[in-house]
Order: sequence, then C-alpha cells, then structure tokens
Amino acid sequence: MIEGVGLNHFLILSGVVFFLGMYGFLSRRNMITLLMSLELMLNAVNINFVAFNAYLNNDFLQGHFFALFIIGVAAAEAALAIAIIVLLYRKFNSINIEKSNTMKH
Amino acid sequence: MNWSMTILIPLLPLLSFVVVGLFGPRFGRKISGLIGTFSIVLSAFISLITAFKYFLSSGMDGHYSVIIPFNMEWLRFSDRLHIDMGILLDPISVMMLVVITLISSLVHIYSLGYMKGDVGYERYFSFLSLFTFSMLGLVIATNIFQMYMFWELVGVSSYLLIGHYYDKPSAVAASKKAFIVTRFADLGFLLGILMLSYFTGSFDFQTLTDPDQAAYTQNSGVAFLGLSVVSWALILVFIGGAGKSAMFPLHIWLPDAMEGPTPVSALIHAATMVVAGVYLVARLFPLYLHVAPDALQVVAFTGALTSLFAALIACTQEDIKRVLAYSTMSQLGYMMLALGVSSEINDNLGFTASMFHLFTHAMFKALLFLGAGAVIHAVHSNLMKDMGGLRKLLPLTSLTFLIACLAISGIPPFAGFFSKDEILSAAIASNKWYFAVELLVAGLTAYYMFRLYFRIFWNKQATFSTEIHEAPATMTIPLIVLAALSMIVGFIPFGQYVSWDMSAHHGHINWYLALSSTVVALLGILIAMKRFKGEVNPDATKTGLYRVIENKFYIDEVYVAITRNVIYKRISQPVAWFDRNIVDGAMNGVAWITNATSSRIKSWQSGQLQDYLLAFSAGVVVLFIVLMYLVR
Amino acid sequence: MESIFFYLLALVILVFSFLTISSKNILRTAVYLLFVLCATAGIYFMMNYNFLAAVQLTVYAGGIVVLIIFSILLTHQINTRLELASLKKRLIAAVISFISAATFFWALSKTTWPDTNGGVADTSLNNIGLQLMNFGPNGYVLPFEVISILLLASMVAAIIIAKKFSHD
Repeated sequence: MIEGVGLNHFLILSGVVFFLGMYGFLSRRNMITLLMSLELMLNAVNINFVAFNAYLNNDFLQGHFFALFIIGVAAAEAALAIAIIVLLYRKFNSINIEKSNTMKH
Repeated sequence: MNWSMTILIPLLPLLSFVVVGLFGPRFGRKISGLIGTFSIVLSAFISLITAFKYFLSSGMDGHYSVIIPFNMEWLRFSDRLHIDMGILLDPISVMMLVVITLISSLVHIYSLGYMKGDVGYERYFSFLSLFTFSMLGLVIATNIFQMYMFWELVGVSSYLLIGHYYDKPSAVAASKKAFIVTRFADLGFLLGILMLSYFTGSFDFQTLTDPDQAAYTQNSGVAFLGLSVVSWALILVFIGGAGKSAMFPLHIWLPDAMEGPTPVSALIHAATMVVAGVYLVARLFPLYLHVAPDALQVVAFTGALTSLFAALIACTQEDIKRVLAYSTMSQLGYMMLALGVSSEINDNLGFTASMFHLFTHAMFKALLFLGAGAVIHAVHSNLMKDMGGLRKLLPLTSLTFLIACLAISGIPPFAGFFSKDEILSAAIASNKWYFAVELLVAGLTAYYMFRLYFRIFWNKQATFSTEIHEAPATMTIPLIVLAALSMIVGFIPFGQYVSWDMSAHHGHINWYLALSSTVVALLGILIAMKRFKGEVNPDATKTGLYRVIENKFYIDEVYVAITRNVIYKRISQPVAWFDRNIVDGAMNGVAWITNATSSRIKSWQSGQLQDYLLAFSAGVVVLFIVLMYLVR
Repeated sequence: MESIFFYLLALVILVFSFLTISSKNILRTAVYLLFVLCATAGIYFMMNYNFLAAVQLTVYAGGIVVLIIFSILLTHQINTRLELASLKKRLIAAVISFISAATFFWALSKTTWPDTNGGVADTSLNNIGLQLMNFGPNGYVLPFEVISILLLASMVAAIIIAKKFSHD
C-alpha cells in the first residue's frame, strides 16, 4: 500500500482505464487496435487485483498471483490473436473486424 | 414317448431360409437350391416318422390325445395375457404336417428343374423355405395368436412369391391384390380372436375349444342382429379363413395370384396356404358345432356358393392356371361345405370328409399344377389356344395329368372319389339342396377338368416355334410320385385317424351316392370328350351367359366400381381434402410463422463481433443493476 | 511524497490510455500502450511488488507489445491512418461504456471497504518462487502448471494457424 492513497483511488484509476478500453474495443475497426484495447482492459483488472491484495488482505499474496497468471494468459491470448489476425489478413487482405463476418453465412 | 424332435420340422426350413437368404448369392445357385431342398426333405422325413408314431402307436386304443411337446412363453403382458409359442400335435395338425412337408419337398425338387435359368433363383428358394416354415408354424400353433402370427407370415411369403417376377407389372399388381384382400379379411380374424379371448381370457386352443366353459354358456344369448356374441366372433374368424381360402366374395385374389411361378401356385395356392382357412375352422370346430351352429350355417352356405360359382367360371377360362385356380376355389368350397354340414346326426362325418378331401386334394391339385407347369415349361404359354395334341410329345406329363383329372373328378379308385363321396354323404344327411348343388358341381368339375385335359393333350395338333420335349427328371419325378399318391391315398381309412372327437370311426362307402356321383362325373367327362377331343373352334359357343361367366360374373368390376365410386369419391377424397387443407395448412402455418419470425431476428446475427459484445455488455449492466439493487 | 508519485503515474496511465484508444496512427497507439504498461509497472514497484512489476515489464512491455508491433509490420500498415468507425457505432459504444462506467462508479460510491488488516506479506523473490512451486495452502503449483500447458498449447496453435500450408 502507498501512504496517503486510498483503495478507492486505485479502483477509480482501474475503472477509468477499463471503460476506456471497453470504449476502444467497441468503437474501433482495426483488429490490432482491438487487441490493444483488450490489453488495456486486462491491465486495469490487474491493477484492481493488486490493489485489493495490498489493501484488504496483505497477509497473503492471492491477488498478486492472480495478476501474475493473468499476465500469462494475456500473453497466450495475444500470441493466438496475432496468429489469427495474420491469417485473416492473408485471406481477406484486410484486418477490418467488420469485414470478417463470413461465419454468419 | 419322446416328441422333442418335432421342433426340427419347422426349424429346418427356417434355418434354410436364413442361410439361403443371407448367403445364397455367395453359395451360388446350385448349392442354394440343394440346401433348401435338402432341409425340407429332411423335415418331411421327420414329419412322416412323427405321423407314423402318432397314428400307429399312440392311438392304438382308438383314441388320440393332444400332445404338446413344446410350449414356451413368448410374450408376457400380464399374468393372464401372454402369448405362447409351441407345438401342438393332434390328428389334424399331424396330417397337415405330412401334407405340407410332402408337397413342399416335391415342389422344391420340381423347382430345381423348373426355375433353372431364372434370375432370382436363390431368392426364390429362400422365400419358399420361409413359406414352408410359416405354414408349419401355423398348423402346429398351440394358441390362436401364434396361429394368427404365422397366418400373416404365410400371407407375406405368399406376397413375396407371387411377386417373384417383380419386373412384370401384372405380377406386382397380383401380389398387392392378394396381400390387400387377405389382409382385409384378416382384420375379421383379428377381431374374432380379440372377442373370443376377451370372453374366455385365453388364447389357448384347448381352453378356447372347450364348449362347456362359463364364458360360452353365459354369452350364448342374442346380442346383435339375432346372433350371440360368440357366433359373431366365430363368423369374424371365419371371414379371416374365407379370405385365405378364397371363399366368395373374397376370392378375387386367387386367380390373379397365378402370376407367380407355377410351383408356387402348386404349393401355396393349391395345396397348403389356401387350405389354412379350412384348417382354421376345423381347429375351432368343437366351438362352431356346440356353441355357434348358426356360424356353421354361414360356413356351409359360403362353401356351397363358392364351389358352384367357381366351378362355373372354371368351365370358361382359357388360361390353364386360371382354370386350376377356380377349380381350387371350388374344391375349397367343398371342404368348407363339408365342415358346415357336419353334425351329430351323421357322426360328424363332414369333419372327417373335409379333412380327407383336404388331404387328397393337396395331392392331386399339386399334381395338376405341376403338370400344368411342365406343359407351360415346354410350350412357353399359359393359354389353351397355344396347346393341343401334346400327348405324344409329353407322354409322361399327359399320363400323370390324366390321373390327376380322374382323381379330382371322383372316378374310382382314385383319391378324389373317396373323399368326395364322404362329403356328399355328409351333405345329404344335412340338407338336400346342398347335396344337389354338390352333385352338380361334381359334374362340372369333371367337365372342366377334362375340357382342360382334352384341349391340352388332344384336340388339334398345335404348331410350336420351338421343339417340345419332356421336362427334366427333377420335374418328372415329383409328377410320378404325386400320381402314385393320387392313386393310393384314397384307400387310407381316414376316419380311423382323423375325426372331430379324435377317436377312430369306421367309415363306409355309401354305394348309392358313390354310384350317382360317379355317373355324374362320367357324364361330365363324356360331354367334355365330345366337345373337345376332336378339333373345335372355341369361339363358336360363346353366348351371353357364357360371356358373363367368362368374365367371372364381373365380380372384379363390382369391386372396382365400389372402391372407385364409393370409397374413393365419398371417403378418400374428402379425407384427402381435409389432410391437404386443414392438417397441412396448420403445419404450413406453423412453418410460416417460424419463417417470418426468423427473418425478423436474422439481422441480430450480424457476424459483427462488436455488435455481440455491445449486446453482451448491455446485458451485463442490466443484470448487474437488477441483481444488486432490484432483487435484493 | 509517495502519493504524489502515485498520482503522477495515474495521470500518465489515464492520458496514455486515452491516447491509445483515440490515436489514428497505429504504431503510435502501440507506443502509447507501452507507456501505460510501464506506468502500471511503476505502480507495482511502489507497492513493493517487485517481481510482478518485473514480469509486467518483461512479458507485457517487452513481449506482447513487441508482438503487436511485429504484427503491425506484418500486415503492412505502419503509416496507414486508422479509419474511424461510423458515428452511430461510436456513439452507441460511448453510451454503453458510459452507462457501464456510471454503474461501476455508483456501485463503488455505495461500497464501504473494511479496514486493512495491517499484515505485511513477504514479497521477496525467494518467497514468491517457493509459493509458485508449492502445493497445499498458499501453493500455486497447479495453476502454474495449467498456465504453462496453456502457453505451450497456444504456441503450437499459433504456429499451426499462421503457418502457410503448401496447398494454399
């Protein structure tokens, strides 16, 4: 914990970042920027976990480890997502999310 | 005494059906035919041994008992309602076993030659085995439901065999006709079974045929249209039997069934399956006799009518197999009549006479059909106008055919004489009119049989495109065996073995009757000889009445008119309209609503990932608010 | 003093987050994201979670962002200006995000957190390593293994997906 900074400050920070990421995810078209928005959201969640760990339950390190694993999952997810994006680009010559809707047919 | 080997009698043909049916094409024609033939010959041997054991050793004291070597529970619905499968041996079933296996093995041997070169050889033999199995299962049934099941199986295998030449439209139509008509009659049979079993609470023949039980005495009162419930049940059962045995007016399928291969006609439509109706009535005979004499009257009347009616038609037909088919119907009418007129007055001679006639008829009618098959095999035509003067070309066939004709006409000492004489003496004891009709029919029988004989084997010499030669040995041996049997089986003292109460009776020939019937038969033969031995022009004699008879009294046309004008127009079409507009309309309406709804909500599935996420987040927010602040 | 650093880092995070989602140049977007992640790592350092901060820097900043930049290069769009989504879509996205955020902050304002229990966890690298490899209470070997399998699987999958097959 940090002297003079309350838990709510962390939560407000992470909340703002999360919803900025959400807005980015919903409003952009390029798949790579979508992926980045996703990373932003995950990062916000990590901040939350760490803050809860530090402020509410500092005897243990659950939040800390959770954040650690989220980073691992994020890495896996990013690797897969980028593979998919590259493949889609090869197939459609575009990485516009609105154009990759052939699954609907 | 051990009867356990009787189970082999039906099982051998079943085995042959399965083996030949499954592996026939792999074995090849020759082996398939031999498997089928061998199994049924073996089965015939066992039947003969069984018959000797049953009649000669078991009935020494003049009374036969019912033996049930097997009876296992097959389907159990409740304690009272269960269907069994078993083997019941009594004089008539043992007699039928012998008839069926004997004729069937001869027909199998005959088919080896007759069907040679046919495409569906293996199929033919497997179905023939199936038929034999079903027929055997029918006669040894311990209960009426088992009988009904095999009854239907017999119908199916008959359908399959009539439709053997399934690429011929007439054969397909004939097989369907046979199946539908008999199936229609079987509805009556089933209703009869249900009624009888409802009152007695049993399917077992031994329970059913006990006329003294409470179920019958309580329900003997008048219930419907002046007849008791039991009478109605027995009349319904008889309708089923009438359908199988081609009694008027359910006879229309039998002449058409001649589309099948000739050995099949000999086996199914002359010797075995068509007598199932007679056998059914005989099986329930104590019931008919004691509980429902009025139903027995129906049997007698139908039998007499059919025998006269069919004999008249038989005199006019040009197709030799159709002549034989109508002759079969006529003889079946005899058997039914004999059962119908059987009464206490005459020691129930009619029952014995009927079974005796069934027995002898199977021999000579199978011989006639097989002989006709040999002729058709040689001439490649069914029509009498293509034949003539064949006695020199086919001497053996001609001789055996003559024996069969003499036998069916009732000329002593051939088989038909003895059985027909018993039927006539049973008839005269009951009703003079029946006797008169049957005497007339006896004359007609002799006339049409010898019309057939003279036109095939005498008459003017026909010219043939191919060389005519006698059939191979596989076909002539059964002819000779059957001819020999037709000559000797009449001397069997049948009354000692088969009678309604299963005790030995001593039959005696009524010589006055015998004389009169023989004279009538000889008269028929003479007329036929005069008209057909020399060269004749068959078209010269056709008058109006002849035309009516030749067209089978227009019974088929009446059926067509009724089905087309009444059933089709008044019932089927409104039902079809209802189905098309109301039932289908409802279904289409449902489909239309689904379609319309889905086209509305289709746009929700946009394939746009972000749209989905949008909906998802909105849903999460709503859920969150609801759960946190509203539901609490 | 520490609180001032925190607010500084928070400001950096907020500003660059906003730039990440609004910039029109994709390469710049990636760089802004990198700043956000680094600043987050700074916050972790301040909270004495040194290992986590190091992981954040190496995996996130060093790994993922580099991966993203590679993918940008692979898809040939370093200098393309990002086209904006339709106004309607952006508006809906904004409304939904705003409502979600409002719900979140409303809930936050209604919640009172319990006081801190005052304990101090041992965040030394030694202890973290022991706990990661341990089972039983405070042992995380199972999720650790699961994550490693997941990483392996996704690596194989990524190779398979992105591989150019000869019949293509």
